[in-house]
Amino acid sequence: MVDPRISVIDDRVRKVGRIIAVSSGKGGVGKSLLASTLALILAGKGYSTGLFDLDFTSPSTHVILGLKETRPLEDRGIIPPVVHGLKYMTIIYYSGGRATPLRGIDFSNAFIELLSVTDWGGLDFLILDMPPGIGDATLDVIRLMRKPRFLIVTTPSPLAFETVKKLIGMLRELDIPIVGVVENMKTGFSNIQQEYRKLNVKFLGEIPYDPAVEENLGNVDRLLKTVFAKEAEKLLEHLTG
Amino acid sequence: MHEWALAESVIKTVLRIVDEKGIRKVTEIKIKIGEMQQLEYEVFREALVQLKPVELKDAEFIIEVAETEFKCRTCGLKWLFPKKELGEDVLEAIHFLPEVSHAYLRCPRCGSPDFEITGGRGVWIESISGVEKNG
Repeated sequence: MVDPRISVIDDRVRKVGRIIAVSSGKGGVGKSLLASTLALILAGKGYSTGLFDLDFTSPSTHVILGLKETRPLEDRGIIPPVVHGLKYMTIIYYSGGRATPLRGIDFSNAFIELLSVTDWGGLDFLILDMPPGIGDATLDVIRLMRKPRFLIVTTPSPLAFETVKKLIGMLRELDIPIVGVVENMKTGFSNIQQEYRKLNVKFLGEIPYDPAVEENLGNVDRLLKTVFAKEAEKLLEHLTG
Repeated sequence: MHEWALAESVIKTVLRIVDEKGIRKVTEIKIKIGEMQQLEYEVFREALVQLKPVELKDAEFIIEVAETEFKCRTCGLKWLFPKKELGEDVLEAIHFLPEVSHAYLRCPRCGSPDFEITGGRGVWIESISGVEKNG
C-alpha cells in the first residue's frame, strides 16, 4: 500500500522562490497578522505571493483578509483564488468555518492532500501561517517542503521567550534556516532582544502594540495603513535580500 | 479536475517504485480509491491513461473503490460513510479534503467528532505487477 501524493509535492512548489514559515512557540503573538500583512505588502510591491494558512484547527487569516465567499478553481488540480493580490489557501474553503478538530494523523493527511493537489504556479514568496508550537505542522513543513525558512514571532513576555527558545533549538538541531526573530506587541521596556542575541539569532526588529490593528481586521486597505503594517514593512529587506 | 492531480501522483510514484525495484515490464497497476473522496471514476481512469508514459505502455490499470470506515475514538463505534445523509456542498468539501469530515460528521452513537478514518480515505497504490529486470 503506497500513498502516491508525496511524490508530487516538490513539483507543486517547484516554481516557488522562497517559502517563509511565520512561526512561534507561543500562540497569540501575532503570527497570523504578521504573515498576512507581510504577504499583502510583498504582493503590493509586485512580488508574486501566496499565503497558506496552516492553522487548520484554528484558522484566522480569512478574518484578517476579510474573505468573501469564494472557492478554489479546479483545473487538473486546485488553483488557489486570488484574494487582495495573494494566491490564498485556507481550510475554510472546505470546512466552512465549522469546528474541525484534527489529530496529528488527520493534520498530516490534510496537509499532504492540499500540498499534492494545489498548483501554486510561479511565486516569488509562499508565506505559511503556522500554528503555534513545534507540533505536527512544524514537523510536516520541515519534512515535506523544500527549503522552508522560519521567521519567528515573539512578544516581550518571558513566557513567549521560553517557548520560542525551544523552537529555535529544534530548528538549529535540524539545520533549518531562521530568517530571524521579530518582537511584536512591544510595550514599554524589555530586554528580550539581548536574550535572543545570546542565542545567536538575528533580531529583526520590534513592532509596537497597535490597537488600531484589531479595529481594522477584515479591511486590508486600512490594515496596511496601521503602525503595525508600517513596522512590518521594515522586515521586507530580510525576506527579499 | 483534481482527479488529474491525483492521477499524476500515481504515475510518478509507480515510476519511482518501478525504478527502485528494477521492474522491466509493468503489466498491472492496482489502485484503490476511497469511497469518501468520491473521485469521478471515468475522469480518473482517463487521466491515468492519458498520463501513462512509454515505460508503462503494457500496464493495465485496475481501479477499485474501497468502502470508507470510521471508528469513534471515544466510544469505539465503527460505521460507514453516510453518503446519502449528506448534502451536495458537504460531499464536495469532503471530496476535496476528506479530513473536513471532522467538521461535518459526528459519531452516530455518542456524537463525538474524535473519530478515525480507518479505511477508504483517499487514493493509494495497492500493488504493481510485472517482470523484474533479471526475470
